[in-house]
Amino acid sequence: MIRLTNVSKEYPRTGLALNDVTLHIAKGEFAFLTGPSGSGKSTMLRLVYMDERPTSGEVRVSGTNSSEAKRSDIARLRRHLGVVFQDFRLLDDRTAHANIAFAMEVTGAPRESIPAKVNRLLTQVGLASKGNAYPKELSGGEQQRVAIARALVNDPFVLIADEPTGNLDDRATRGIFQLLREINAAGTAVVMATHDLELMRRSDYRTIEMLQGRVVADSAHPEVAAS
Amino acid sequence: MRLALREALIAFRRAPLLSVLGIVTIAFSLFAFGLFGLVALNLRDALQRTEERVEIAGYIADGTAPEAVAAAMGDIGAFPEVAHVDFVSQDSALARAKSELGEFGDVFEPGVLPASIEVRLKPNARDPQSVKRVADRIATYTFIDDVRYAEDWVVKLYQIRTVATVVGLVLGLAFAAVAVIIIGATIRMAVLARGREIAIMRLVGATDGFVRAPFLIEGFVKGVLGGGLALFLTWLAAALISRYFVQASFFGPGLATLGVLSGALLGLAGSAVSVGRHLRRI
Repeated sequence: MIRLTNVSKEYPRTGLALNDVTLHIAKGEFAFLTGPSGSGKSTMLRLVYMDERPTSGEVRVSGTNSSEAKRSDIARLRRHLGVVFQDFRLLDDRTAHANIAFAMEVTGAPRESIPAKVNRLLTQVGLASKGNAYPKELSGGEQQRVAIARALVNDPFVLIADEPTGNLDDRATRGIFQLLREINAAGTAVVMATHDLELMRRSDYRTIEMLQGRVVADSAHPEVAAS
Repeated sequence: MRLALREALIAFRRAPLLSVLGIVTIAFSLFAFGLFGLVALNLRDALQRTEERVEIAGYIADGTAPEAVAAAMGDIGAFPEVAHVDFVSQDSALARAKSELGEFGDVFEPGVLPASIEVRLKPNARDPQSVKRVADRIATYTFIDDVRYAEDWVVKLYQIRTVATVVGLVLGLAFAAVAVIIIGATIRMAVLARGREIAIMRLVGATDGFVRAPFLIEGFVKGVLGGGLALFLTWLAAALISRYFVQASFFGPGLATLGVLSGALLGLAGSAVSVGRHLRRI
């Protein structure tokens, strides 16, 4: 489903962000991506949702190949991916309902199908009564739930979460993590970048540890650490 | 399309000041261009009116048979450069001189002024070479004593017209370029102000065409409104000049529509370029 083969990413000013990474994430898997700041976690996620292309090597996501994909192919791929960020990235002048609906509208979903689906998603993320609230009227945890609902509108095969709990308190963090587990249990793969060791300890999901642009440990492949 | 229209409307509502600023910038850029156009138009009209006065007079010898003069006028009227041929009798010449000289008109005795053939040329034949060519041909008639036209004046007028055309083209292009740059910068501001929204649209899988559509609509509408405002300001300027200084012509309906359409085109092209550049970077 997601396959990185000998992927390196170099930036002109900051140098090598990813160094010869080879990795496979299977359908329906839940994987943590961890490591200190600057270790390459976010770069790797950006390569997966093809916001950037590798300097060398190849990223293949559900049949879309980074070396061949046109901009229109990337747009199509993103309709089957969900992405959430630490800073939520909601449109402040639209309600929670409108933020979620917007993601359906831009992908050309039938108009009549949008309200019911948005309401169902709001219920799924525990915000059934807050559809008319604007982002500033919601707590951080609630805003992240709206962002997750938006990421789920097109029934993605994978949810990419770049430090989704980084701005949240413990209680909100637990709530978001529980939501991500439920989403994964329903069949959607989740790749979550995080610094939160406690979260990783509380579950037995695959953990991929990065350092200076390399994968230095992978719980699914202990030989990586050995090498 | 419906969604693109809604998004364009939201953009207007969300940043009304920026939108108004955009429209006013487009309006003033086009207004400057419009004022220049107004000057060029009135200069062209003035030159045209002056050029229409270019005429060649062939003075007829006394005692020439009217049939010979009539035949020559038929010939001259058929020259490709000639628009109009008139016969001015001795009496008419005297009457005209008296009216032009006013109280000094009495110095002329009847029969003192010769009869003449007056020739006016077509607009495309008022250059010095054509004027001289026609004058020389008229002079070949045996009963023509003398041929007069303001040779120096024709040359000068032609030079003024050439300079005015070149200066007009250069200034016009410069004004248009400045308008394009200013309008492009204004629209770029609007695009940058919505960078976050564009990034989110791309993130959830919007195609470039979809992202572009609301900006193109917005640019087009701003262009039409800016063009309309510029047209009104130019009309107002023309009206004030006519009232307080000198009678000034205004653009005809065709040119006025072209002005508004060029505003729309500038808005559309400015948006397309700005949003295209922005999209290439994300």
